[in-house]
Amino acid sequence: MLRFIVRRLLQLIPILLGLSVLLFAWLRALPGGPAQAALGERATPEAIARYNELFGLDQPLYVQYLRFLGRAVQLDFGNSSRTGRPVIEEFLERMPGTIELTVFAMVFAIGLGIPLGYLAARRHGSWLDSASVIGSLLGVAIPVFFLAYLLRLLFAVELGWLPGSGRQEVRIDATRITNFYVLDGLLTREWDAAWDAFLHLVLPGIALGTIPLAIIVRITRASVLDVVNEDYVRTANAKGLATSTVRRRHILRNALLPVSTTIGLQTGLLLSGAVLTETVFAFGGVGSAIFDSIFARDFAVLQGFILMLAVVYVLVNLLVDISYGLLDPRVRVR
Amino acid sequence: MTAMGDLKRRRIDELAARAGQVPEGEGGLSLTRSAFRRLRRNPVAITGAVIVVVFLLVAAFAPLLAPKDPLTQYLLSEIRPGSIPGSREGFPLGVDNLGRDLLSRLIVGSRQSLLIGVVSTLLGAAVGMALGVLAGAFGGWVDSVVMRFVDILLSLPSLLMAISISVLLGQNQWALMIAIAVTQVPVFARLLRGSMLAQRGSDYALAARALGIRRSRIVFGHVLPNSLSPVIVQATLSLATAIIEAAALSFLGLGDPDLARPEWGAMLSNAQAFLSIRPELAIYPALCIIVVALGFTLLGESLREALDPKFRR
Repeated sequence: MLRFIVRRLLQLIPILLGLSVLLFAWLRALPGGPAQAALGERATPEAIARYNELFGLDQPLYVQYLRFLGRAVQLDFGNSSRTGRPVIEEFLERMPGTIELTVFAMVFAIGLGIPLGYLAARRHGSWLDSASVIGSLLGVAIPVFFLAYLLRLLFAVELGWLPGSGRQEVRIDATRITNFYVLDGLLTREWDAAWDAFLHLVLPGIALGTIPLAIIVRITRASVLDVVNEDYVRTANAKGLATSTVRRRHILRNALLPVSTTIGLQTGLLLSGAVLTETVFAFGGVGSAIFDSIFARDFAVLQGFILMLAVVYVLVNLLVDISYGLLDPRVRVR
Repeated sequence: MTAMGDLKRRRIDELAARAGQVPEGEGGLSLTRSAFRRLRRNPVAITGAVIVVVFLLVAAFAPLLAPKDPLTQYLLSEIRPGSIPGSREGFPLGVDNLGRDLLSRLIVGSRQSLLIGVVSTLLGAAVGMALGVLAGAFGGWVDSVVMRFVDILLSLPSLLMAISISVLLGQNQWALMIAIAVTQVPVFARLLRGSMLAQRGSDYALAARALGIRRSRIVFGHVLPNSLSPVIVQATLSLATAIIEAAALSFLGLGDPDLARPEWGAMLSNAQAFLSIRPELAIYPALCIIVVALGFTLLGESLREALDPKFRR
């Protein structure tokens, strides 16, 4: 197993190198190049020339790439042209918010999706089954940002039940330890701060969770339907095991294998791409930062964030692969 | 085999491996015929096909169907902050914030939205298939180089990739199409390569090689046509994703800024500002996107069932 993990980790290196080449090329290809990107659109030609000299942009390309790589490895992506702060600092401040949101969305999607999918399969052909199939098709077809807007309009603006923007009420003067607002509130025993931060997760979390929910329902249903007809289920039934035991130990356990993969892949996707939902709710995670930096032409932030998010995505996928190796021994032998 | 996204790739490969297999028991019929027969009996497929055909017809005859010019501004005197005229005589769905007839804009907008979906999917499929054929036909180091590149693309979340490309190419409809197309390239490449590899090992390919037929003829005459079914399925499903993704990019301000071309995604994101005044402005374009996406998804899923022997009941 250790060899399997080490091999996977080593295979990560070429992918990450490839990604860094792509992003380096991307920044070079931007109109105006990296100097313009760093200094903003109104930079004078002299300033650009000075910047190019300062950062070695008059050097050959491969030297520039190696420098870029060197700095990227040290997590140095320059400063945001909008706030002037180091990109990595902004990233570390915002990533916890996105992680909290992803956790909420996935708990919502898993907690609702697996029981729904399982029940739909158990009552194959019933109205519940048809409803969950139609619902899961709709869930994928609705543009996420539209759903987010509807939720916000209904539950935040019209009914006023839940907060519709930000990560926490601004009036709350909470102590920050980890930048995970809910966790911070719990750690410092500022219960109302934690509760408020949690409430801020509800609407964006539900909006973000619909696509994974739809996919989890569909996969769970399909996979339970597959497993129910397996020989070992018939054997278990035939040898007189209690129905509940067969369901728990034989059906559910085997059926959840493909579901766990889906969960992993979706988690990676949410962590790296909640741009739309976060923007609607002005959530203040990495996603809304990407949106803001597109508008402000803040390319340093855009490049740094995209690279970091791609790394997060790749790492989560790696974790999924490894956990799959743990769950299903057949994968390891190859 | 590289590390990450392994499962994602394996899933694509599994799909690819089942390409071109005729289900047992229907051996007398060609794959296309037997698939078509099963499609016709499937209500889901019919629903999807009807939706798609209706929307394609609307797009084709949009200028004839639209009751008004989608760009002319009407009822301007009645538009105030906080009030946009709703449905009335001559304007079945009302007008938008600039007084343009909503129904006409939806009808004419279908052209641009479907065009973006179709062109970007065709583009993505073409480039992806070219890469896939290259890797699948030559194998060896060509295969390795092509697939490593594809794996890197596959390791980027697609929305982030589309955003980066849009920012690079600027805001116009071509940039939008290319950005969406690029996100589709890796899936098509991997899918076609996988199904070609499966076909290359088949008996008929071996027979053709034994007869001394040139590689190009084996590839283009035998292996490629038999490897296409998962690609067709994927293309149908991709149309849905492409239309939704176009709307998302429009929402992020990376869409086509040309206001003379109404487009559902742009209409939807434009309407967000007036959601509390007239939610219909957002709901109708959103419904169009959802229904079209649903149509392509239903059609794609039932195509997959029809073409994939594993789903045979």
